[in-house]
Amino acid sequence: MTRFGIPQFPGSCDETDTLLACSRVGEAELLWHKDKDLKGVDVVVVPGGFSYGDYLRVGAIPPFSPVMQAVKEFAAEGGLVLGICNGFQVLTEAGLLPGALLPNVNLAFTCRQVDLVVENVETPLTHEFAPTERISVPAKHTTGRYFAPTEMLNALEAEGQIILRYAEGHNFNGSVNDIAGVCNERRNVFGLMPHPEHAVDPLTGSDDGLKLFSSLASAAGVPA
Amino acid sequence: MTTAQAPHIALGLTDPEFELIVEKMGREPNATELAMFSLMWSEHCSYKHSKKILGQLPVEGPHLLMGPGENAGAVTVGDGLAIAFKVESHNHPSAVEPFQGAATGVGGILRDIFAVGARPIAVLDSLRFGELSSQRSRYLADQAVAGIGHYGNSIGVPTIGGEIYFESPYEQNCLVNAMALGLAPVDQLIKSAAAGVGNHLVLFGASTGRDGIGGASVLASAELGDDDGSKRPTVQVGDPFEESKLVECCLELLGKDLLASLQDLGAAGLTSASSEMASKGEVGLDIHVDRVPLREQGMEPFEIMVSESQERMLCVVTPELLDEVLSVCDKWDLHHAVIGEVTDTRHMKIYENGELVGDMPVPALVDDCPVYTLAPEEPTEQIYPAPSVDSEAARAARAAFDDNAQGILTALLASDNISSRRHYFERYDCIVGSRTTKRPEQAEAAVLHLWKQNESGAPIPGPSIAVSIDGSGRKVAADPYRGTIGNVLECAANIACVGGEPLGLTNCLNFGNPEKPHIAWQLTESVKGMRDACNALKLPVVGGNVSLYNQSADGPIYPTPVVGIVGGVPDPAVVATNTFAEEELFVGLIGPFEPTLAASELAKLIGDELPTRLPDLDLAKHAESLTLVRDAVRAGTIKVARDISEGGLATALAECSLGGVGATIDIAPLVERVSRAYPDAEPHQHARTALFGEGPGGIVVAGSREDLLALSNSAASMGFLALGTTGGQLLTISDPTGTLKEVSLPASEIQRIHGGALSERVSS
Amino acid sequence: MAVKATVLIRPKEGILDPQGEAVENALPALGFSGVSHVHVGRLVELEIEDPSQLESMCEKLLANPLIEDYEVVTASA
Repeated sequence: MTRFGIPQFPGSCDETDTLLACSRVGEAELLWHKDKDLKGVDVVVVPGGFSYGDYLRVGAIPPFSPVMQAVKEFAAEGGLVLGICNGFQVLTEAGLLPGALLPNVNLAFTCRQVDLVVENVETPLTHEFAPTERISVPAKHTTGRYFAPTEMLNALEAEGQIILRYAEGHNFNGSVNDIAGVCNERRNVFGLMPHPEHAVDPLTGSDDGLKLFSSLASAAGVPA
Repeated sequence: MTTAQAPHIALGLTDPEFELIVEKMGREPNATELAMFSLMWSEHCSYKHSKKILGQLPVEGPHLLMGPGENAGAVTVGDGLAIAFKVESHNHPSAVEPFQGAATGVGGILRDIFAVGARPIAVLDSLRFGELSSQRSRYLADQAVAGIGHYGNSIGVPTIGGEIYFESPYEQNCLVNAMALGLAPVDQLIKSAAAGVGNHLVLFGASTGRDGIGGASVLASAELGDDDGSKRPTVQVGDPFEESKLVECCLELLGKDLLASLQDLGAAGLTSASSEMASKGEVGLDIHVDRVPLREQGMEPFEIMVSESQERMLCVVTPELLDEVLSVCDKWDLHHAVIGEVTDTRHMKIYENGELVGDMPVPALVDDCPVYTLAPEEPTEQIYPAPSVDSEAARAARAAFDDNAQGILTALLASDNISSRRHYFERYDCIVGSRTTKRPEQAEAAVLHLWKQNESGAPIPGPSIAVSIDGSGRKVAADPYRGTIGNVLECAANIACVGGEPLGLTNCLNFGNPEKPHIAWQLTESVKGMRDACNALKLPVVGGNVSLYNQSADGPIYPTPVVGIVGGVPDPAVVATNTFAEEELFVGLIGPFEPTLAASELAKLIGDELPTRLPDLDLAKHAESLTLVRDAVRAGTIKVARDISEGGLATALAECSLGGVGATIDIAPLVERVSRAYPDAEPHQHARTALFGEGPGGIVVAGSREDLLALSNSAASMGFLALGTTGGQLLTISDPTGTLKEVSLPASEIQRIHGGALSERVSS
Repeated sequence: MAVKATVLIRPKEGILDPQGEAVENALPALGFSGVSHVHVGRLVELEIEDPSQLESMCEKLLANPLIEDYEVVTASA
């Protein structure tokens, strides 16, 4: 079974939700921010929330925590890493993902179910989806406007590093090119602003996000 | 302030109260003692004006685990699980600084919840501001909502429901009530009584500053200087990041069974927290103020004792567990200090650097505050002026009033108290925690699934709960007794609509100055109404809060008893939604609904005077009807259920069409009922009242034809009325009297009007 | 001797700054006319023994050079 590790910082909010989502497709455990120990997990999912209070600048402080030092090494060795919302912000600040997240154009925290289009299905995160598959997943954040300088943006588009886009009319935060999720060049580190861990059960709204986790689980290549 | 004013007067104590303190103490209190007495003998801590009448509320019930008097009430919800919940006001701080006032209101109510050992799982809020035509009201609403969102979102507790209303009596005195719910294994609930002579008193969490010292600053010694306002902040600033660590720390401490008791620091800070613990435990406490971690220098003992710095907790620990407790605090990077010990003296003794600076008998401080008998007097006429609304919707309602039902309906749908609250609730995280199975606008009440985890951590089904918070002020202003019953019934109806069995109720009584006879009358009648409604529903009051003196030079607020009910739901997958999503469903109306335009939203829009009385109601019948609806929802017979509230039946039907499917409706049966009730009125009045009249007890339901016809037989005595069928894009409501232009609106048009009105209004 | 430093951080030129826009749009409503190019940033105050570290500190933590410009002002404490 694939083992997921979820770093927990003071101020993390969605770590339990992420744990529950991962445990539907594998085994999952929390990783304490003060420990530089990933406990041998196969996939790391950096959860949403307001790590270290989001003080200074969202996602700025966690990259210097012991657990994120270990995550950087893990990613450098090709390990699969997904950051969701604040986790995405942390991964961009840690230099593991290109670009940055800016305040929403409406300047307000916004919690809304949005439609996304899967842009690239040839990644460990999305290989179980059909090309251009449309999924419904909630988003909730204040600082989710994806930004990359033009040159970087062109490269991301050309290299297929845009993995998810907001469907037409759903880009409430003003992200450039409607980008909702990106990956690094090596395609082992991923970041999403919307929350697939809150879309794993029809009872709580939708289970469209579950396939992202099962894709990761199967891509990790651990025998069941 | 005149220099001649005695300190106790400035602190809100009367001369007789001060004399009683001197008598109980056997001497005059010093500054520290006086500060502490003034807080403990305030309305907030002593309930001195409300205690006598609150005693009549029912506090027993089969599901009750913890009732009034603890930090929060609690009920059992099955599977060994308890839900702790409470609503509390933060009205005055929010009027001063809406963002921080509302934020710290949420922080405070959350601490009440984890102080009893429960993990906070949801917040709801009940907000009242002046009319949206006022720029200040728009600002206050915007900032209060932002503050609630800031705190709740950042701490990872979803805000799953609530209400927001705009009425001119709240212009100078907004209401910010927040309700929180927490989940705990029944055997992990903890009380706050201090116990074990010789045990340590540990203060942990944030450091202590001069936040919220406010009125007590008159006690500042001369060396502080009379005009040094910078030393006297009255606004508390919240830090949800600190509180998120505090939650985890407290739950870890309780999970490891390391604490003898736990108490949060709220209003009245260390004074209230420590003396309440001592009182309940029938012990004494020695407190050393010099050991309290401070964020400002030179704080005097009284300042430390009354500070309202946020995000702090107080616990009692046995000596052998102290090291382990402090190491858990260290793990979560929280300040901590052993600030005192439990004693057998039954005195609160305050020390500074070893010197005794305060010494008070605990009973004098906590129990001996005089309790006053209200002097209620029913006013001879309505004390509130007729509402006057300056909005496009109000103008449209006035233009359409005489003969155009569609015009009235579209005006109501766009009005400030009825249009979609999406503009506000989207600023709250309503899903964190993965328990929210019905989000705002998806059902009449929020529904939370209390999943558990199996051995490998995956979620497995558990019980569910429904929760709603309600409190019309205008109807209570019209008739405090019947209006309050209406509030309880509306809240209970919301719970019934999702198949919930009401388990417990929490209340927040927001009123004006109870020393005024007409306010005393409102309060007395309102509590009577709440008592009778709770008795009829067999619903215990688990606790709550009283907020008095809500008035300004313009007069008192509308009396606003806000109630929150938690209900048990056996299966979260079998819950009625509140919109027509399917074609060919049979639509009916259940309940002893007797609509009246008196004090309704329509009456407000056209500027009608408030009445002085609302129609009588048969409480037993209402209770029976709600049970019937609940059972039918649980059986899957009722698939759609919507409580008729502001804007009456036509508005409820239009809101049902927000799902995208319309309906063909004939309201003849309700018109007939109305004409029986008001035989002297004209046909157009009958039609208008049936369409837009309000009152408790009406629930629009939809289900299959066979199911609902079967239900209508058993529900005949409950006043079941067949209204029509769902289907198509249009909502049509015909008028059997032929006096009003009938309603024919596409569902998409209803969505557009209802969905966009509020954000347009607040951004204009 | 410690040096008092002030680091001013503002959105990079050309990046949409909705906070700045919101302030710019609010000012005329309050009667302040002729205001333009409003940007909202952050200010970090600190005391530091070796001011030569400031540049690297800004690059690594205090600012995000991808989206923010910074300016360091120092004065003896």
